[in-house]
Amino acid sequence: MAAKKSTKDKLIEDESNASRRDFLKKSGLFTALALAPPSLVMASENKWDEKIAGYLETVPLSIEVNGVKQNLNVEPRTTLLDLLREQLHLTGTKKGCDHGQCGACTVHVNGTRILSCLTLASMQQNAQVTTIEGLSKGKKLHPMQEAFIKNDGFQCGYCTPGQIMSGIACIKEGHANSREEIREYMSGNICRCGAYHNIVDAITEVKEGGMSS
Amino acid sequence: MKNFQIIRALSSKSAVISIAKEKEAMFIAGGTNLVDLMKKNVVAPDKLVDITALDLKKIEFLTGKTSIGALAKNSQVAEDKAIIEKHPLLAMALTAGASQQIRHMATVGGNMLQRTRCSYFYNTDMPCNKRVPKSGCGAIGGSNRMHAIFGASDSCIAVHPSDMCVALAALDATVQVEGPKGKREIKFTDFHRLPGNTPEKDNTLQNKELITSVEIPNNNFTKNVHYLKVRDRSSYAFALVSVAAALDIQNNTINDVRLAMGGVAHKPWRLTEVEEFLKGKTVSETIFRQAADLAMKGARGYGDNDFKLTLGPNAIVEALTIASSK
Repeated sequence: MAAKKSTKDKLIEDESNASRRDFLKKSGLFTALALAPPSLVMASENKWDEKIAGYLETVPLSIEVNGVKQNLNVEPRTTLLDLLREQLHLTGTKKGCDHGQCGACTVHVNGTRILSCLTLASMQQNAQVTTIEGLSKGKKLHPMQEAFIKNDGFQCGYCTPGQIMSGIACIKEGHANSREEIREYMSGNICRCGAYHNIVDAITEVKEGGMSS
Repeated sequence: MKNFQIIRALSSKSAVISIAKEKEAMFIAGGTNLVDLMKKNVVAPDKLVDITALDLKKIEFLTGKTSIGALAKNSQVAEDKAIIEKHPLLAMALTAGASQQIRHMATVGGNMLQRTRCSYFYNTDMPCNKRVPKSGCGAIGGSNRMHAIFGASDSCIAVHPSDMCVALAALDATVQVEGPKGKREIKFTDFHRLPGNTPEKDNTLQNKELITSVEIPNNNFTKNVHYLKVRDRSSYAFALVSVAAALDIQNNTINDVRLAMGGVAHKPWRLTEVEEFLKGKTVSETIFRQAADLAMKGARGYGDNDFKLTLGPNAIVEALTIASSK
């Protein structure tokens, strides 16, 4: 077992993580600027017709994420997943396949689990979104988060936010009455480490513990 | 993804009008297929008309028929208690499709309009007559394990991927549509089409008509029904072959029967000739085997999918056996 890290080590690690993430976000921004097609720059300089300028257009969006109301502007093509990760910096929701095949991007919209990668943010006016970041109450984890830790419901952890969001919904929908039913109704969440057995254990435990939402 | 304009329609009439004027405009509802296709640049509309605010979500039990709004979600229909009771075949087929997250997003109308999952259709580096007319078919002579054994052409051997549509074809459903010229009704079995020389057309909608609802006439198929889906994994995969079987059995005699297959053609493959053969017969494995052999009349493989010529009839026997023993 590894020696417990000192508080100082922990702080250094947190700091280095923070700066790594900041760097990625900043460099991402520079990449975006660099990729802006020259025609767009020309269009704005020369006041060209609106069709070309239209590519820069955004639509207003009011959306509530984890209880916080947000008034934003989004490009029509921005997915809810990209909005969460890139604009709101809620990077807990993961981009796996980005094509609706893996379930890593599962979030709750108006209480229902959906795939945020196939959802256009511009179609979510006034929606209430809950992501993995919105589950805990202060420092107290959601029972499903606790159960995943206790049952080793993950290895690499990349699919875990999606698994947890899906697992909570699975119980709420009433589809967690047997291991077989859980497997069927969790089939949209792929775990390439193969932690399925323990994921079913975690969901079963929360179900039997009488999960309160 | 190419950027686009998005507008929200507040009535089906305004939706139809706003789309009819523009060549590259499309409706969007659940988006589970369209957003994916747009990311892959398989389709690239200039304008999307968001129809999710339209009042087309209701499931209604009317005199002699059930009406399901085009915007009813797949999970909403699959888990509706009255649908499970009156049309269990439809509920089974819906539950066999996609994942629960996708069923929560996908609508009935969108399910009907989903495009083939042929890998050549999805890969813009490959020829595909459905994606780019007259560019050729990569699947003929290529990887075609998932492809059609019925009704294909030299232009296209893709299959329609829906499970729900197989059940609706079996249940004699009709499709209600609204277009710039008004409303009309299309028989479900006439809604999807065979590829012929124009595989770019999946269905018989004209002038960007909007699907408003699907209607199922009342029937006696409430007990002896089964939707058998054979696929590469036990859940969340498209069908290699599927069979929708509905029987009305009285004193071990088949009073009435409906049979359709999925994963085998460009459209849900209704087997009316086989149904006629089965009517009035006594339930037995021999009869089911004869029915399955009859069903394969005209079937042909394209190499990788030759196994469907054996899997298909076996699946029919299995589905009929399970349905009749409920």
